[in-house]
This record gives sequence, C-alpha cells and structure tokens, in this order.
Amino acid sequence: MLALTLSLALGTPAQAQDADVHEPSPAERARPDDSVAGSEKLLLTAGVSELEGAAGGGLTPWAVIGGYGTRDQIGASAFYTRVNVPDYHLDGAGALIGFLDRIEFSVAQQRFDTEAVGAALGLGRGFTFRQNIIGLKVKLAGDAVLEQDSWLPQLSVGAQFKKNDRGAVLEAIGAKDDHGIDFYASATKLYLAQSILANVTLRFTRANQIGILGFGGDRNDNYTAQLEGSLAWLLSRNLAIGAEYRMKPDNLGIAGEDDWFDAFIAWAPGKHVSLTLAYADLGNIVIKDRQRGLYASVQIGF
Amino acid sequence: MKAGSILLNALLLGVLGAGLTIGQFGRADENPAPADPALLPVFEQFGGKPGIDALMEDFMIRLIDDPRTRDYFAEADQKHIKQMLAEQFCVILGGPCTYTGKGMKETHARLAINEGGFNALVEDLQLAMDMHKIPFRAQNKLLAKLAPMHREIVTRP
Ligand code: HEM
Repeated sequence: MLALTLSLALGTPAQAQDADVHEPSPAERARPDDSVAGSEKLLLTAGVSELEGAAGGGLTPWAVIGGYGTRDQIGASAFYTRVNVPDYHLDGAGALIGFLDRIEFSVAQQRFDTEAVGAALGLGRGFTFRQNIIGLKVKLAGDAVLEQDSWLPQLSVGAQFKKNDRGAVLEAIGAKDDHGIDFYASATKLYLAQSILANVTLRFTRANQIGILGFGGDRNDNYTAQLEGSLAWLLSRNLAIGAEYRMKPDNLGIAGEDDWFDAFIAWAPGKHVSLTLAYADLGNIVIKDRQRGLYASVQIGF
Repeated sequence: MKAGSILLNALLLGVLGAGLTIGQFGRADENPAPADPALLPVFEQFGGKPGIDALMEDFMIRLIDDPRTRDYFAEADQKHIKQMLAEQFCVILGGPCTYTGKGMKETHARLAINEGGFNALVEDLQLAMDMHKIPFRAQNKLLAKLAPMHREIVTRP
C-alpha cells in the first residue's frame, strides 16, 4: 500500500515518451517482477542484524537498508542473537522491515543476564536488565553496491529509541535515565573490485553499555560522539569474514566501560537465512574485567 | 524536544535525497564497453575470448531458465546478444576485441527493467561464472565494471 502510493508520487519518468509507430518486440512486452514483497537484493548486501536490531554488522549499524527488498520492494527479516562472556550473557531478538530500499524500521529486545554478579551486587542471581529498542533508518544518498564507479558511499541516518525496564537499579548505580535516544550517521561502501566492504558509523549517545546500564551518569550526562567501524572481506558470494570496532562513552563512576571489538564470520547459505559467529571483546562490564566470548546470531529473511 | 527536531530533519533530508536520486535520469549514453587494460590478467582467468564465449552459452541458458529474466530473452535474438555480450566483456577486461553493439541506454530503454531484474541477471551471471570455475575475485572485477550500468539499464521505477 505504502509502496503503491510512494511509487505513484515519485512517478516513472519517461515511459510513454515514444510516440513513433513501433511494434513492441517480445522483450519489450516482457514485464518485470512487480511483486511488492520481494527479495531481489544480492546476497549478503543487506548486512545482518546488529545487536540493536538495525541492519549492519554485529555491533554496529550500516547504511544499508535491511531486508532483501529492492527500490520497488518491501523486505523484512528477524534475528536472534546470543552473546556469552565469562560473567554474563546477553540475548537479543528482533525484526526489521525495509521499505523501497529507503526506510528501515526495526524493533528489538535485549535481555542482559548478570548471572552470579547479580548475587554479588545484592540484586539476586540471574538479575536481568531488559531493554526495548525501536529503530528508524533513512537512506539519504548513494548505493553501497551498484555505484562501483563512484567514490560516494551509501549514506544513511538513523535513530534508536531505547527503554530499559530497571529504572530503580539504574538510578542507584548513578545513571540519569532509564531511556534515551541514540542518533547515528553511517557510510557504507562495497569495494567490489577488491571484494571488501567498509562501514563507518558516527553515533551520538548517552547510553551506558548501549543502554543496558541506562543513560547518562555521574561522570558525564551529555551526548558524546562515538566512532564505530566494520571491515569485511568477501570470500565468496555467501561467506564473509571481518572485524568491528565500537567506541563507547564512559559515563558511570562506579562501572568503567570499554570500547568493543569483534572478529566475525558471516555465512548466508541463501537469502532466507544467515548465520554470524564472532569472537567479541566487551572489555570491562561493571565489576568484571575482560569480558570476551562468543557471539552467535541467526537471521531469517522473508 | 531537541531529539525530535533532529529526527525530523533527518527524515526531511531523506525525502530530499530520494528526490535527488530519482531526478538524475537523462544523461548521455556512457561508453558501453569501457576497456581497462589493467584487467588483462582477469581476462586470462576468464579463459580469454573462447572462455567468455563458452560462458555466454551457460549464461543465456540460465537467463532463459530464470522466471525473472525469461520473458526478456526467450524470443530475443539470443545468438546476437551472446555475441555482443562476449565482445563487451572481452573489451572491458582489456582483451583484443571490438564492441560492435549498441549503447546500454539505447538497447534497454524500452524494456522496463527494474532493479530486481538487473540483480537477477547479475545472479545468473554469477552462477554461470561459478560453473566455469572463474575465481570469485575475478568475477567481482568484472561485476564492478558492469554494476554502474544499472543507471542506464534500470528504467523502472
Ligand atoms: C550489466 C547488465 C547488462 C549488460 C552489460 C547488458 C548488455 C547487453 C548487450 C551488450 C546487449 C546487445 C546490444 C546490441 O544488440 O547491440 C543487450 C541486449 C539485451 N539486453 Fe541487456 N545487459 C544488461 C542487463 C540486462 C537486463 C537486466 C535485462 C533484462 C532483465 C536485459 C535484457 C536485454 C535484452 C532483452 C536485450 C535484447 C534487446 C533487443 O533484442 O533489442 N539486459 N544487453
């Protein structure tokens, strides 16, 4: 429906222009597959689902619009992610829908289980923070995949509205809010001749540990700019390896926070499923240092 | 709230961006076979002109097999298209050929090809190249030259 009104509004330039007497050939009578729910993007070019639900790498959003829908289609995907580090684990699940390769809308929920640390802090063993995230991303310019002769990357801006369910605990540890909005701008480019994909994201955020420990703190309560990046090397049409980096603020006096890193392998046996495995270094989380472990994610595309 | 107005700006920019990209039709025909002598090693990986000719056979079979592209090619002059494509790829990869076909815009102007159709053809080409054991990185070097042609070939929307 939306696709229909939008495509009507944008119009199809110069179609019925030729008024000459011309008998259309069979090729000219052929018509493209106009199905609105589609999956005609090339394999893996829609990224996977990052931890917060947007299309991207594992830790950071990319400028690509999620789902395999092209510029006249609607695509969608859903994901489940599990991160296991020595003293905690995180489950994330969500879904996104991409409209006309232009606008992406995503929802996600994260559950961060404090395991034994919860007991040590007097919260109870297995005390869990739950965060809901609604994401919106709009492509502004460029095409990461097709514009191979242009230096211009695909550019998008986005916002993530986050709400944590543990307001009282967050206040006790010095966070100023249990909800917040991250804003970001991403630039993504596929260097096809080199079989390399690069992404840079600049995020403006007040989030502590991406919001799991609330927003703002005693040490800093303002938005700060954080740099995130992904570099992927395509090994085949359905296999990529790479690394990511995500800078984070350090707002809380009692819980130092580190930047995040990962090294990943992503495999898409087809357009309907992709698997991502990563080794992630999440640094210090509250009272536990050196939180490194496995990140596993499965994404289903429609 | 401040946050809200930033978002609104972002959305407005997005709409503007859409307008700009849609508005860039109507440039002159680009060179349909931009030769890149640096790709000569890739030409060898394709097996030279005979390799490309053989590739075209399976490429066309796939295009006719694929419901997304079938109607375009089934009743077209397949022999001619294969010949032209082979010349075009040969020239692009720095090979000793001459492209004798038409421009991409002129050729595809009346075909109402959308992005999905374009990507479908790319996928079929990838599968054919796999069949012919052309290394993935060599495939991508050719595809990097073909991809920008979407601006002339995709006319819908
Ligand atoms: C990068 C992508 C493409 C390239 C490099 C390409 C190249 C060519 C070439 C060299 C010709 C022959 C030109 C001549 O007769 O002088 C041709 C013809 C044709 N192409 Fe494409 N093409 C591409 C994409 C497509 C797509 C996506 C479709 C449809 C889904 C398509 C449908 C056709 C048809 C039907 C003809 C024959 C037209 C006629 O007989 O008048 N092409 N193409």
